[in-house]
Amino acid sequence: MRLLQLWAFGFCHLLFMNTSDSEEDSYNERSALVQCESPTIPSYNQDHDMSLPQETDTKRRRPVSSGLDEPGPVERERASTPDGEEEELTLKYGAKHVIMLFIPVTLCMVVVVATIKSVSFYTEKTSQRLIYTPFEEDPNSVGQRLLNSLLNTMVMISVIVVMTIILVVLYKYRCYKFIHGWLILSSLMLLFWFSFMYLGEVFKTYNVAMDYPTLVMIIWNFGVVGMICIHWKGPLRLQQAYLIVISALMALIFIKYLPEWSAWVILGAISIYDLIAVLCPKGPLRMLVETAQERNEPIFPALIYSSAMVWMVGMADSSNPDSGELHFTSCHMLKCLLVGFLTGGVKLGLGDFIFYSVLVGKAATTGGDWNTTLACFVAILIGLCLTLLLLAIFKKALPALPISITFGLVFYFSTDNLVRPFMDSLAAHQYYI
Amino acid sequence: MTVAVFFGCTFIAFGPAVALFVFTIARDPLRVIFLIAGAFFWLVSLLLSSLVWFITVQISNKNSATQQTGLLIFGVVLSVLLQEAFRYGYYRLLKKANEGLLALSQEDTMPISIRQLAYVSGLGFGFMSGAFSVVNILSDSLGPGTVGIHGDPQHYFISSAFMTLAIILLHMFWGVVFFESCERQRWWALGAVVISHLVVSCVTFVNPHYQGSLIPTYIILSIMAAWAYLCAGGSLRNLKLCLTCKDKDFLLANHRPR
Repeated sequence: MRLLQLWAFGFCHLLFMNTSDSEEDSYNERSALVQCESPTIPSYNQDHDMSLPQETDTKRRRPVSSGLDEPGPVERERASTPDGEEEELTLKYGAKHVIMLFIPVTLCMVVVVATIKSVSFYTEKTSQRLIYTPFEEDPNSVGQRLLNSLLNTMVMISVIVVMTIILVVLYKYRCYKFIHGWLILSSLMLLFWFSFMYLGEVFKTYNVAMDYPTLVMIIWNFGVVGMICIHWKGPLRLQQAYLIVISALMALIFIKYLPEWSAWVILGAISIYDLIAVLCPKGPLRMLVETAQERNEPIFPALIYSSAMVWMVGMADSSNPDSGELHFTSCHMLKCLLVGFLTGGVKLGLGDFIFYSVLVGKAATTGGDWNTTLACFVAILIGLCLTLLLLAIFKKALPALPISITFGLVFYFSTDNLVRPFMDSLAAHQYYI
Repeated sequence: MTVAVFFGCTFIAFGPAVALFVFTIARDPLRVIFLIAGAFFWLVSLLLSSLVWFITVQISNKNSATQQTGLLIFGVVLSVLLQEAFRYGYYRLLKKANEGLLALSQEDTMPISIRQLAYVSGLGFGFMSGAFSVVNILSDSLGPGTVGIHGDPQHYFISSAFMTLAIILLHMFWGVVFFESCERQRWWALGAVVISHLVVSCVTFVNPHYQGSLIPTYIILSIMAAWAYLCAGGSLRNLKLCLTCKDKDFLLANHRPR
């Protein structure tokens, strides 16, 4: 079978959250995770937006209810209480939002790690690479390998920068239909094709016999419900579950197809890029946020993430017999997003989910050591906590990647090289510290 | 047998700790955050001690087994001391943060008391310590293999699980006693905590003679449990009232006259 080599054409979106707090000021758990398309539907949120946890261990506690339709009951609440109450409320709000972000991030990582540890497909090294990392890593020469991974990173980052700029331009000139169409196309690919691949690999791992009609039924239902939930309306939990699954699928694709060293360098480079793009005055993400705030509209009405149709650059003697003539996967480059503060919720971009999961997933692929995975997991959560703390202090959109990824990388390399031999020696002798 | 051993050892090692987490910590987001921060501090202390150990190993004679064991013992002692140092550091950080918050809010109560912080941070240390000690062993217990086929101890898994359970609970009690002694400036109590931690780690040097290591550990565990209970404000009277369901909280919750 011959594999055709085709060039990628991609459109890149950013996935990011609404940081403007004009109309979206009611505390909304749905919008806390993703900016949804339609205006918030009270009926779906009714049972979810219960009042905040009532702290019973302080003397002056007040039940705080989060209103759904009334704009900013929180603001009213705050205005009428003395400063002390406000600080305490802020602290508890902050803590609740931190936990509301911890849980989906943890779930995404758990899904990725569970898949990596059980389905061997995602850890098998393949000669196929994404078009964005064209340089092959030669395991024999360290210098060459490093150079190639740096080149791969530069290619990837420049593609991301170009895509971001295209997106900003599209947004500035109000080509909304284009953006929506792209979005729908990309989520279609993700929900149908990637989940089909994933399901196929899981069945292979567990040796489950499956016939095509059942499979088509399952994938069809999964995909259609996903499209409806994400782009239109759906129960909050289901939408959150779909976002987690999507992020996990994307992270698994990255883990499989990014070469070893390139993946680490890309993680580092993308957090630097995130920092620049969000904080510099001329950064594309910042311009996007400011444009949206000027126009006083939610930045994007639906889940937006970049999708690039990638045609796999394959070798003539590929080991993958199913590839047929064309094997294309849709590579979603979710841009690292902002953590945005809204007077009701905190939002985290799907890109952040994806890169956190990539880091933890790659930590899980190295050997049978769980300590490294655990260390990276804790490091990322603490980084996220610190980022949210900064968010509470500065109250503007912040990049969510730099602190967490830095901690994650530091802990990965130090745990893998320093802590692992120590703990292994201790376990061999059964010494406890 | 392997899956049964895996589940058994997991539940032995983590059962009480997870139960404590679910019933007392999971509801309150602030406590969860401080738990994870405690785990992070333990991790950093482990990192530093591994770094020092690694450096000493690199400059030592790798062929001499006695020297390596000696270095490992040194690593253990250093790690214990660093853990306690980081516990103290975490205490100072929490005090500062609490004072800052108190100053900002001008209230007389803090959203989370220092005793709750002591409990939560101790449990955080315990979780991380237990996880790092036992998770690899648990994942090995799933796979194919025979325990002790070369003459090693047969009870490796179960003794590890019990030791981990003891360590997790001990960290929690140490946390409570430590913070309390720092609050009351009772430095002898602080020293006692550090020494008991050292004793617990050092008795594990006699492994695989498990009776030599597990029994003293559990004795120290009961002593620390009683001490922590007293530090947290408990007393025999409270205990009696609680057990006979005559304590205030229970009565208020059930609207039963005393």
